[in-house]
This record gives sequence, structure tokens and C-alpha cells, in this order.
Amino acid sequence: METTETLSTGSGTEERQHSITHRPSPTPAIAFEHVFKRFPSATQAAVDDVSLDVAEGDLVVLLGPSGCGKTTLLKMVNRLYEHDSGRVLIEGKEIRSFQINDLRRRIGYVIQSVGLFPHMTVAKNIATVPDMIGWDKARISSRTDELLDLVGLQPEEYRNRYPAQLSGGQQQRVGLARAMAADPTIMLMDEPFAAIDNITRRRLQDELIRIQSKVRKTILFVTHDVDEAIRLADKIAVMRAGKVLQYDTPLHILSAPADEFVADLTGSGDVLRRLSLLNIDLAMLPIQVAPANNYPTVRSGESLRDALNLLLGEASDVLSVVDEQGRPVGTIDMAAIRRMVHGE
Amino acid sequence: MEQLTRYLFEHFSDRVWPRMAEHIMISGVSLLIALVIALPLGLALSRLQRFATPVLVLLGIVYTIPSFALFAFLVPFTGIGVRPAIIALVSYALVVLVRNTMVAFNSVDPAVKEAARGMGMSRIQILWRIEIPLALPIIVAGMRIAALSTIGLTTIAAWIGAGGMGQLLRDGMNDPTYSKLYAGIISIGAIAVVSDIIFRTISRLVSVPTGRRATQHAVLTTMEIKEA
Repeated sequence: METTETLSTGSGTEERQHSITHRPSPTPAIAFEHVFKRFPSATQAAVDDVSLDVAEGDLVVLLGPSGCGKTTLLKMVNRLYEHDSGRVLIEGKEIRSFQINDLRRRIGYVIQSVGLFPHMTVAKNIATVPDMIGWDKARISSRTDELLDLVGLQPEEYRNRYPAQLSGGQQQRVGLARAMAADPTIMLMDEPFAAIDNITRRRLQDELIRIQSKVRKTILFVTHDVDEAIRLADKIAVMRAGKVLQYDTPLHILSAPADEFVADLTGSGDVLRRLSLLNIDLAMLPIQVAPANNYPTVRSGESLRDALNLLLGEASDVLSVVDEQGRPVGTIDMAAIRRMVHGE
Repeated sequence: MEQLTRYLFEHFSDRVWPRMAEHIMISGVSLLIALVIALPLGLALSRLQRFATPVLVLLGIVYTIPSFALFAFLVPFTGIGVRPAIIALVSYALVVLVRNTMVAFNSVDPAVKEAARGMGMSRIQILWRIEIPLALPIIVAGMRIAALSTIGLTTIAAWIGAGGMGQLLRDGMNDPTYSKLYAGIISIGAIAVVSDIIFRTISRLVSVPTGRRATQHAVLTTMEIKEA
């Protein structure tokens, strides 16, 4: 806990200098160094001196209102936009040192409007990049099935369907599978769930969390949805007018917003939102005596928000915290939650 | 009825078929030349939007000239015969084909192209694997309309000595039994129907499996068929 504290406090720039001068950390998967971009027709910079390191295996969310430069920053990684100055590095190498289409084939790319090829089957869509980089048929076919399984679509049923025969949520699952096809280490996701209804969006977010826990890609994820950012992110970069205002873990952004704008945007005053990020185990009182059996139980590892919900809903003063096997490991009460909120 | 169709059956192979062959040849060659010009031109205009309006306006002006007038206008420069006929027919077919080809490429979903680019497809790959297959249904729809109107207009070309089914109609005017006239009308109809069936079949082969043909249909209805 102590080390994560120092690692994740402060703005992106400070942290970067910090890591270079004092902590020889492993090369970040993606690094922006003083990146600047202004579109020819614009008076204001779209991305203004952004420095940001994305560690390997992290899911980093770029969060901000429309026009803040988050999508521009994302698209500079696969060179759909070119940066004017500064450096963009993947695994320590300036992206311009790669042949452009090689670079793009090494990076998974998922967009809001999915962009599946309507004249190709699901399997053909997924095979796009493997096909270009010359995988053989058998390998492509087994990889396709593996990916369909991973994103929760039965291969036998969906392999030969056309995009128009899928729902919006299913299309984005295929979009995700297609982006992961050649097993890229880096994925760029540009508001992938923004056009999808609430219930399906939540389900897809859960799926992404599940998939990410398995495959541990480095993911750069753009959204304007704060709840989505908080649910998914290892770290969030809050952006406004082309600048990164704060780059930190969701919890730190909520509990110590860098300024008024970050506080407003993320709703730092929303205690419930903060509780949803805190693990019950942090506030739990370890078991001392044999607990009374009649307390409602809550699973260790759930959030404090779940605990509070249960406390209020069950009209009980105390909850019994149980482990995976249902064995009691501690108790939690209102006072414990209050202590967490007020940062004791 | 039997009277009217007598000429068609009695003289099909020696009088009607040679005219049909001429007709098909003139229409076919015109359509082919128009395609060779229109496909690259339409693609280019979809990329260079600022040239699209001037070019389409120019073609549109040609399109408004009545066919008989255009045929006649060309005669002093080209003489009579097949040549002026093909020049005029190509000009008319170009309007439909260029416009449809341009619309076809413009209608490819930008998200699809962005996804392709983001995945590392080269320009050529995007053109051949994505844009052309997706544009083809609308292009073929344009070809179908252009073919129908060209087949119709070829009839008029007989009046400047190009031959074809129109020749049979001209001769048939003076035939009191109208049997020759009917042979001409029925044969032109047959050519048009067969051409339509051919293009519908191609259209089915290249269709994008979306289950909705709404877009394709919309383009068709905005396209008036050039009447003789």
C-alpha cells in the first residue's frame, strides 16, 4: 500500500520525472513525452504538452468532456493522428520508427461505432489482422474460436454470421475479439461502449474486467462516462482543454481531486461512489469472538457500498463478513464505514 | 394478334436478329466505354469532393439535351452512322454511372474505413477488400439503370443511320399491317428484359448481406430514367 501511495500521487508529469530520476522502473508500455497537437483549422491545441506513462498491463482511462483531447491523444498512438512535437513511445521506441501499418497491426483498436466489415462473416472480421500478417488457416481458425469463447459468443453459432445479424452488444464483442485477434500487447479503445444501452454496457464492462484479468493487456480507454472510468480503470487521466489535470488511481482522484474541475467532473463529493471503490476488508474488524449467527452476511472482497447497502436494507447494525467458503472472517458496522469515509 | 407477330416469327433469323445484334452491339459498346470512364472518375470524385459538383453539373447539362437533338448535333462533326450514336449514348450513360459510382464510394461507412485503417490495412487493401465490395451493389444498380436507358436510346440512333432495332421501327411505319413495327417493339422489350434480369442477378451476387436494401432502393428512386 505504501509504495502504491508514492507511485500514484501527483500529476503525470511529476510522476514521470520522479520515475526517471529516482526510480528506475521498467519501460512503460506507452509513454507520451511533452506531446503537442494542433489541428490545422483550430486555434487551440487539441493536445497540449501531455506527458503520461502507461505501465504494462494497466488499464488507463482517458476521461474528460468532449473536445478535451482524449480521443486525439488516443489516436496518436496508432498514428491515425500525427503528433506535432514531443515523443510517443511504445515499449520505449518512438512510434515513428515503425512502419506505420506494422505499428497498427501490433495495436488492437476498438471504436465506438465498432466498424465491423458488413460484407464479411464474424470469423472473417476477426481474421483480418492475422490474415494480413500471414498466419496459416488452421491457426486463424482456432484463434477465432478461442476469441469468440473469450468474449462470450458461442463459436458454432456466431462464426458464420454477418454483422447485420448481431445485436449492438454482440457486434462490440466481435469488435473486441477482432482487436485482440493477433494478440497485441496494447489495445486502444475509443468509447467502445458509448453507443450501447445501459444494461448491455454494464455487462460489457464486466466482461472487459473479466477478460482483462485473464489477458492483462495494456489498455488505453477513452470515455466521458465517470462511472465507467471508475469501474474499469487502474488509473485515470482526467483531461481538459488538451491537458492532463490529474493522473491517478480512481480512489485517489475521488478522495484527493487535483482541482475544482476534477472534483466536479468525477463527483468527488459523492460518498457512495467512493465507497464503491473501497474493499470491505479495509474497514472490517477481524474476527475476535465467535460471531452471532444472526447477522446478515457479506462476502469479503465486495465493496463498502455493498456493505452499506446491506446495513441500511437489512436494518442491522452489524454485518458478518465471510470468505469464499462462507466462513466468518470479521464484522463490519456503520462506525467502521464512517471511519473510512472520513479517512481515519 | 397473329397478324401483328407474323413478321417476327417469319423473319426472325434473316431480318430481326441481325438488327437485334446491331442493337445489342451499339448498346453494349457504349455501356462498356461509359463504364471504363465512369468507374475511375466516380471513385476520383468521391475522393476529391470539390470537383464533384462541377463535373456532375456538366454531365447533367448534357443529360438535359433531348436525345434526337444530340444525335443530330453530332452528325456534322462525325457523319452519320454508329460513331455519333456511341458518342451520344456514352455521354448519357456517364451521368448515371458517374453519379452512382461516386455515391457508392461515399456511402461506405466512415467507421468501417477507420477501423480498417486502424488495423493496419494499406490504402490498396482498403480499396479492394473493403470499399469496392461495399460500393459494388450501388454501382451495379447504376449499371442496371444505365443499361436500360441506353437500350432505349439506341432505338433513336437508327434515325442517324446507326442501325439497330430502330431501323425496323422506321421501316415498320410504312407497313400497313404493322407487323414489322411490332416485331421491333417486342424485340426491344425482350432485350431490355434480358438485360434487366442479367443485372438483377449480378446485383444479387454482389449484395452485402445486411438484410436491408433500403439504401440501394433509395438511390434507385432518386434516379430518373432517361426517356427517349
